[in-house]
Amino acid sequence: MSFLSIFHRNTFARGVHPDAHKSTAGSPIRRMPFASRMILPLAQHIGKPAVPLVRAGEEVVRGQPIAKADGFLSVPIHAPADGVIEAIELKASARGPWVESIVLRVYEASIQQVGWANPIDLATATSHDIIQAIQDSGMVGLGGATFPSHAKLTVPAEHKIHTLIVNGCECEPYLTCDHRLMLEYPDDLMVGTRLAMRAIGAERAIIGVEDNKLDAVEAIRKCLPADGSITVRAVPTKYPQGAEKMLIKSLLNVEVPPGKLPMHVGVVVNNVGTLAQLGQLLPAGEGLTERVVTVTGPGIRKPGDYWVPIGTPMRTVLEWAGAANSDEREIVLGGPMMGQAVASLDVPVTKGVSGILVFDKLQLEGPRRVWPCIKCGECVKVCPMGLNPSMLGMLAAQREYEEMGSSFHLGDCFECGCCTYVCPSHIPLVQQFRVAKGILRGKST
Amino acid sequence: MTPRIELRTSPHVVKGASVETIMFNVVLALLPIAAFSVWQYGLSALASLITVVLACIGSERLFNKLSGQHNTLSDWSATITGLLLALSLPPAFPLWMGVVAGFAAIALGKALFGGIGFNVMNPALVGRAFVQAAFPVAITTWIPAFSPQRFSEFAPTTFTTPLMQPPDISVWAKQALDGFTGATPLARWKFENVLATPMDFISGSVTASAGETSAILILLCGAYLAVRKFMDWRIPVAILGSAALTAQVFQMIDPARYPDPLFVLLSGGIMLGAVFMASDMATSPVTPKGVWIYGALIGVLTVMIRYFGGLTEGVMYAILIGNALAPLIDQVTQPKVFGQVKGKKA
Repeated sequence: MSFLSIFHRNTFARGVHPDAHKSTAGSPIRRMPFASRMILPLAQHIGKPAVPLVRAGEEVVRGQPIAKADGFLSVPIHAPADGVIEAIELKASARGPWVESIVLRVYEASIQQVGWANPIDLATATSHDIIQAIQDSGMVGLGGATFPSHAKLTVPAEHKIHTLIVNGCECEPYLTCDHRLMLEYPDDLMVGTRLAMRAIGAERAIIGVEDNKLDAVEAIRKCLPADGSITVRAVPTKYPQGAEKMLIKSLLNVEVPPGKLPMHVGVVVNNVGTLAQLGQLLPAGEGLTERVVTVTGPGIRKPGDYWVPIGTPMRTVLEWAGAANSDEREIVLGGPMMGQAVASLDVPVTKGVSGILVFDKLQLEGPRRVWPCIKCGECVKVCPMGLNPSMLGMLAAQREYEEMGSSFHLGDCFECGCCTYVCPSHIPLVQQFRVAKGILRGKST
Repeated sequence: MTPRIELRTSPHVVKGASVETIMFNVVLALLPIAAFSVWQYGLSALASLITVVLACIGSERLFNKLSGQHNTLSDWSATITGLLLALSLPPAFPLWMGVVAGFAAIALGKALFGGIGFNVMNPALVGRAFVQAAFPVAITTWIPAFSPQRFSEFAPTTFTTPLMQPPDISVWAKQALDGFTGATPLARWKFENVLATPMDFISGSVTASAGETSAILILLCGAYLAVRKFMDWRIPVAILGSAALTAQVFQMIDPARYPDPLFVLLSGGIMLGAVFMASDMATSPVTPKGVWIYGALIGVLTVMIRYFGGLTEGVMYAILIGNALAPLIDQVTQPKVFGQVKGKKA
């Protein structure tokens, strides 16, 4: 592959080709009903947790803000359904620790109608107004990063942004939520893209879509504006094409320097799901109360893409989607390459959950034997960041964390998982790197 | 009942290749070569193959026990070491010396460093280097290929009493096959200036170590591994390419004295060494650029040792030197980090 990649200038170097398993791509997005009880963690985004605006016993309507942003790097939370606030207490979170969450008991009569809105006049809105409206909508990066969208679209004056890149790659296996959004809501995507362009002052936008979703490319192409400011381009299907830096390289042939952000090269990247949702919410002045989640995997009987109200417990989602009766399974939030396995079915769907994958007993082989590194070099051949995972792994085993950071660019690893995916010795490289990063962070503070 | 929930760290899917599958496929790829060797040299080669492999497996198990490690036989690497070692020894190598070679290979080449993955040099070559120093006569005692009695009698050297010198076989060998000189093509070129033809090599009728005569078979088996991605094709390509290039340069300088590149590639152990020994993952560089440097270095060194060294064959030492340099090569060929400007440290 590496030999052929010389001729493929419109992609990044290295990477892997995992089996796609995108069987849910062919059927429309369905709506999931309200759960009887919803759990809304105050910290569903990167930054400071939101501050509750409600007290236990208070009645809320769907769409009403129930927690406000705490400062700039924070977003509000909106009630996903009509109901009454039951409590504000500690609840299990996907990452493990118990976090402060608002518990909402949903009225049985709750309907899809959104009972709260605060629209602004978008025709006359300035860049600042749009960014404020985006913050008020509670929008975060829906691809899984959960970085507040308004913060991402706020560009310091010293950077001039020339291009908005809209990330429609969805390179993770199994996930199809962005694919369905592009097929079903291309008009909303255009509205959202235009708003984001106005917010950052970009003159053009490029929508990058992996070439295994050419139907989505076609759907978008039909909605493109006549002025040519927005274009759509197919990029080769390769994991992790959807990583910001990789997609910038593929579309513009520019490499973002280590430790720098896309804005340093004049680019801002947004996920298609985020912009399609913004295109829906902003004109109506509504808040983010639901998102599209791919519920699939060998342990699911009714796989598909669903509009899931944010705060729906995993248990309800799995019951609705028909989780197979298996006494042993793994539940992953997000894609299989970078997703997070959860320990409890009481964990709710939060803003960053793009997929729920259920692997049943058959897929879980016994604990696989970890061999020493045989230095086959496979990891070096696939690392999209050009790191040497083999060396990093050996250093991690010797706890030479400082050396990993200073000489072998540990900080550039974004945990895509390619190295661990190919490792014939089954060394949990990514996990070792996470631990090393955590220890280095602990030392520096 | 609540189902049991597994917690694992990402990635939750894996490609599926494992150390065991890689190594097992190397064993598979070596079997045709071993079979050809037995067909060529008969019972003696078969006895030598079995003995050396068993010696390596036994030594591996012994060191597992001594070091308190888990059983590592299932990774097949000891089997590979045994097969490669046996194939690189003369076909009628005394069996007791074969046991010594196998033990030295595992003990000095592998166990001493901590087992699979930690060894610096290819264990099979360490074993061969050990017996080359210990038994200089036996390691250059060859038997004829395709002798008519090869499946009915053993060569006299095979069952040498342990710790004894093997008997002289020149009389026996001459009886076994008319016109047998007992010298390898490389030795004949070096000392008698007689060149073997490519046809001699392809038919396998030259004098050589057990697994070194079938260049085409070795290439085919190597191609299998390369296609299934169990071997880095760059290493054999770099070695054979640089060796051929070096030979070509020398032949242009003095055509009368130096043989043609084809002779260099087909004679001796360069084919087996390039395809199966130098490509050993644990002892070759990790970085794509490093692999080319490593291979080129081995190719040049092989030809240099053959032309200017005291030995007739240089592959073994060339690969051992390459192995020793591999960590250093890795260090100077670290891949360029994404986004980093060339020549500038971030």
